Amino acid sequence: MQVFLQQIINGLGLGSIYALIAVGYTLVYGVLRLINFAHGDVFMVGAFLGLFAGVSLHQSLWVSLLFSMAGCALLGILIERLAYRPLRKAPRMAALITAIGVSLLLENGGQLPEVFGPNPQSYTNPKTDLPLFIPEHVYRVGGVSIDLPTICIWIATAIIFVGLRILVTKTKIGKAMRAVQHDQESAALMGIDVNGIILFTFGLGSALAAVAGVLFASEYGQIDPLMGLMPGLKAFIAAVLGGIGSVPGAIIGGLLLGVVETLVAQFQGGATYRDGIAFLILILVLLWKPTGLLGTGAVEKV
Amino acid sequence: MPSGSDSPARSPRWIARAALYLFCVAALFALDQFVMAPLLLPYVYATIIRIGIYAILAASLNLVNGVTGQFSLGHAAFMAIGAYVAGAMSVAASGLVQNHPGWEGSAIQAGVFLAGCVAAVIVASLAGLTVGLPTLRLRGDYLAIATLGFGEITRVIFQGWDHPFGGATGLSGVPTVTSFFWTYLFAGTAILLLRNLQWSGPGRDFMAVREDEIAAAAVGVDVVRAKVVAFIVAAGFAGIAGVLLVHQNNGIDPQQAGFLNSIEIVVMVVLGGMGSLTGSILGAALLVILRAVVEGAPALSDYARYENVIYPVLLIGLMLVRREGLLGYKELSWKTVTPLFTRWRKLEKL
Repeated sequence: MQVFLQQIINGLGLGSIYALIAVGYTLVYGVLRLINFAHGDVFMVGAFLGLFAGVSLHQSLWVSLLFSMAGCALLGILIERLAYRPLRKAPRMAALITAIGVSLLLENGGQLPEVFGPNPQSYTNPKTDLPLFIPEHVYRVGGVSIDLPTICIWIATAIIFVGLRILVTKTKIGKAMRAVQHDQESAALMGIDVNGIILFTFGLGSALAAVAGVLFASEYGQIDPLMGLMPGLKAFIAAVLGGIGSVPGAIIGGLLLGVVETLVAQFQGGATYRDGIAFLILILVLLWKPTGLLGTGAVEKV
Repeated sequence: MPSGSDSPARSPRWIARAALYLFCVAALFALDQFVMAPLLLPYVYATIIRIGIYAILAASLNLVNGVTGQFSLGHAAFMAIGAYVAGAMSVAASGLVQNHPGWEGSAIQAGVFLAGCVAAVIVASLAGLTVGLPTLRLRGDYLAIATLGFGEITRVIFQGWDHPFGGATGLSGVPTVTSFFWTYLFAGTAILLLRNLQWSGPGRDFMAVREDEIAAAAVGVDVVRAKVVAFIVAAGFAGIAGVLLVHQNNGIDPQQAGFLNSIEIVVMVVLGGMGSLTGSILGAALLVILRAVVEGAPALSDYARYENVIYPVLLIGLMLVRREGLLGYKELSWKTVTPLFTRWRKLEKL
């Protein structure tokens, strides 16, 4: 039972990371109907920017986090402006291929020695050799241990969820986002700056990916240019599982996927099939309930 | 339409075609034996073989991504399935041969290789059926992700499958059988079959599905069936390419079933022009040659690390500047090539 509880705790930690990345997918998909394949790699860049700010610039967690968020928001905006906007009227396939291209560019470009280099880098303070931002305190509650980074991830996920909820439902810009999501052309006719909203959404999603990147790196202690590939794909699965386009859905999907994956790894006694199970879930969800848990189906007009 | 009196006139044509095909096979064999293998540097010879293998992969993916208008991101998985099946057969056979000293010889190896081809096509096509049947109901980006997921699942399954596939380290010790002759025999046949398929009845169904699924369904095309058939055929050809690859590289590891390898094939198809058979072959040849030059030329060794950045830049650049690829839907043929020369001749006259 304790082992089971422990795995649930671990799964919720991993799932919160998926949830944070999935929110970015879902936001962008909402306004642009595009799977931003590069989102997982923005998450990777966020982790590296955090490392740079913490080690080279000697900044604290908060400053590094802000630095990383700003950098990633800028990156997201650049990607949208340079790679996706010229293709907005093109067939979906062209935008999809470009998205894959941007993702590969960040991964393969990141591996160049001039950028991040191909080798994993440890997320520690080089002087003290201790974890960079969040110390590895472990708390024991009734035989179940929880470490401080996991708690930080939970708190961050909760804050971001509430913040996004308020932003999307209560503010003017959130209303504009919902309008663009509903119908871009009509939104433009109502005087909404559609391009501006799309850029804002990209920036917001990328900044959230940066938070996930820094927290993920603090929890797992090592980063490399390919670290965004799997979490990115799995966060996408989480977004589909929860219903793409829905923020609460992304959070629920992420948590669920994290728990299922951890339990499968525990049950099997190794991590071999862990990557497979997520994709199996994806295929099953797409077949049986393509709108996901909380998504609303759109009727396709001929 | 052929009536009874036409059929005697038709059969000699059929025989003539078969004879022409056999002649080409013999010529290919002679070309390999007397020109390619003895005269070319091993690196160049291997590169030419790789062009043929990737031409099969790109041409078959073109059937799904170009002709039928779907988007598969898992083509390398079918290639890996074929490679694993045939590779394991060859490894097992070479183990048997070692225990029976009288059995050596390339004839046995070639026999096992051909049996491996048959098995690979069957298994890869079955995999195509199992994957295609559920996932091809999905559209566009969802299909892309689902096929990507299938590729990753395939990779994970081979990683965990120790016997006879070697688990995470992969299969090794596969004898070298692939030659110029085998590669281009299969590549030529595959391309011929794919071309004929595209312009046959089912092929026209595929293209109708690409242009408009709803309109195709309205005129009586079984849309799901067309997609699944295209997927199965493409998977089978990818299996053949896998057999050739595993007998060229002497092994395969699970990573080759994954996402990055599939993307490489997609880049070839996109570069050549989605929907153009000759375009995808051209794309395959260009990228294999590019890779061979960057990796092989000592003068470029400082730049070899930029090689992996070329693919994404090519993809993005093509989409932004020339979305239809090099050839678009057009095909390279004598008809498109000869006017270039005649125009030149006309210019000469002036």
